[in-house]
Amino acid sequence: MVEKPLSQLNSGEKGRVVKVVGDPLLRRRLVAMGVVRGAEVIVVRRAPLGDPMELLLKGYYLSLRRNEAENVFVEVDGKQT
Amino acid sequence: MMVKVALIGNPNVGKTVIFNNLTRGREHVGNWPGTTVEKRVGRGKHKSVTMEIVDLPGLYELTASSIAELIARDYIVKENPDVVVNVVDASNIERNLYLTLLLLELEANVIVALNMWDVAESRGYGIDVKTLSELLGVPCIPTIAPKKVGIEELKDEIVRATQKRRVGGRPISYGDDVEMFIGKIETIILRDARLSKYPARWLAIKALEGDERALKTIEELAGPETLSEILSIVAESRSVLGGDPEVVLAERRYNVIRVILERAVRKREVKLILTDVLDEVFLNKYLGIPIFLAIMWTVFYFVFEVSEPFMKLLNEGFIMLGKLAGETKTPLASLWADGICSGLGFVLQFIFPIIFLYIALAILEQSGYLPRAAFLMDRIMYNVGLGGRSFIPMLLGFGCNVPAIMATRVIKDERDRLATILVIPLMSCAARLPVYVLIAGALFPEYAGTVVFSMYMLGIILAILVSLLARKLVPGLKGKPAPLLLELPPYRVPTLTAVLSFAWRRALVFLERAGTVLFAGALILWFLAYFPWGVEPGSGDSYAGLIGNTLQPIFSPLGFDSKLVTALVFGFWAKEVVIEALGILYGVEGEEEIRSVIAASVSPLTGLAYMAFVLIYVPCIATVAAVKKETLSWRWAAFLVAYQLTLAYAVALIIARLGSLL
Repeated sequence: MVEKPLSQLNSGEKGRVVKVVGDPLLRRRLVAMGVVRGAEVIVVRRAPLGDPMELLLKGYYLSLRRNEAENVFVEVDGKQT
Repeated sequence: MMVKVALIGNPNVGKTVIFNNLTRGREHVGNWPGTTVEKRVGRGKHKSVTMEIVDLPGLYELTASSIAELIARDYIVKENPDVVVNVVDASNIERNLYLTLLLLELEANVIVALNMWDVAESRGYGIDVKTLSELLGVPCIPTIAPKKVGIEELKDEIVRATQKRRVGGRPISYGDDVEMFIGKIETIILRDARLSKYPARWLAIKALEGDERALKTIEELAGPETLSEILSIVAESRSVLGGDPEVVLAERRYNVIRVILERAVRKREVKLILTDVLDEVFLNKYLGIPIFLAIMWTVFYFVFEVSEPFMKLLNEGFIMLGKLAGETKTPLASLWADGICSGLGFVLQFIFPIIFLYIALAILEQSGYLPRAAFLMDRIMYNVGLGGRSFIPMLLGFGCNVPAIMATRVIKDERDRLATILVIPLMSCAARLPVYVLIAGALFPEYAGTVVFSMYMLGIILAILVSLLARKLVPGLKGKPAPLLLELPPYRVPTLTAVLSFAWRRALVFLERAGTVLFAGALILWFLAYFPWGVEPGSGDSYAGLIGNTLQPIFSPLGFDSKLVTALVFGFWAKEVVIEALGILYGVEGEEEIRSVIAASVSPLTGLAYMAFVLIYVPCIATVAAVKKETLSWRWAAFLVAYQLTLAYAVALIIARLGSLL
């Protein structure tokens, strides 16, 4: 298991949220939207211009900017990159 | 008997259609007091019970950090509605139930409408309604709003709920460690009778979460000692819980939801749903942006081109009406024809682009494409200090600034919305184009196209600079754009009646609010152009001409003579009037002649500075009225006028000075 910021995941990669850090307001919004410890997140795609990214979590699609996704740390299966 | 029913839910859950079903179109649209957040109130009747239904804003949570959320929670706590109908997207039940839990915490008399039941089924969700109702402790009703499925049952349940009022649902347990702290704070709150009008457990939870409004309420009602007692418990909880209580509580809520769903919902794997297929195309790396631009072109065409003949017709109609007064030789006849009729024609013509705009926006919003447009454009807009949702309003600005400013309603964050409103007038609207064409054609016949294009570019560059600067300097706008956290809801087919009723109501609201300001402005300008009575209207001898003459010295560094300045005064009314005014001032008629007069009397450099000034200074009185309406403040409208005049002057001066050095 490797821990890294959600912003570093590629499209199609899956991770499990381990912690959410950063600005309190952003963090509160994130947890209310279901980005909580233990939640499974799949990166669906990035926008054509490279940012923001689209995620699938808790059965719905959520989009976050890179600088927001940097505050979400996820555990990813598999090899060290 | 009259009962108060509040409707609440996440965005994109079909709450509006439920509202329409419950009220059957009898509704009133306005704003929540002191805000631009829309308030819809309607009436419905069921089994001799009259229901007053209030549609609360779409939201995900109930914090104190957003106006919409404060409105909703204040309404529930203070107005104490008899029933709160929580509209839940059954196909997205896990995240939707988060708000449900917050409402139960608030001890509201909740009924859950499990809307989009059909979508949930197609997505493989098997929801056991009875078990879910038992676990939540509140009635749950499956509904499919567009097909009116479950609406009668929902009404029955509303009536039943008003008769036997429940206080909240089953209390959610946050776990022993958290409950201990909630209990401690609750004891302190219960001790003080001054806090008794708030649900004690809810206030305790909010205090534990560090909610500013809750802490302030406690301080104001129970005094600073009680507050500091509570704050020390909050501080203690932080170390015991190993994290911020608000994050821990949110996690626990999702744990509760998981446990409920494990018992009440079976999920069957479904391969690909339509939304996934559509997004493969609409959000495609290569196709996404071209498709977006094509859609925007269509919207643009629809809003501006399709409405143009209607606008012309209406305007001409009012001119005909004005002629009923006969020859406009008396002040009264002129007031009728040139003041009232042409003023009404001017004001009312805006209704067409506005109706078409709202139809387009409603289709984009209800279909689910609007958030996708924000997703596609966010990167560009974020770099200029705004957010993805600002793109469409700004683009519409190239057509007409008035509907563009109305369209900023799609921007959820208040500061982002204000910043967007301030830069929209720099988007060169269609009314400014004839001015550029005329002057560039007269003074730069060889490169007229390039000159006109550069005016558009100048507007865009200035918009970027102003936006970046405003987010650094202007109080009320300072700071980074709001976090994106944008939900991409499933695509849906918009319902025709919802689209049309939305557009029609919004257009009427525009007329009510902006119409009066506009009409008054039109009459003032009429007076300035036609008085003192007997002068050639709009000429140098009229009051407007007098103003132009008086102001001229201020503009001499820019090279503008008094005719050019007087035409600018009329440009306040509408930019295309600048040409007409120049014609009158020079005493010539027809574009060809105005062109040759300008070529003879204005230097190319002055012409360039003049075009820049026309681009930048206040677009028109209708825009100012729209800004006033959408910001609810004369202060912002005045700020807009002031900054635009200053910027226009500065840019024109730079052009005049730089040019004279060459």
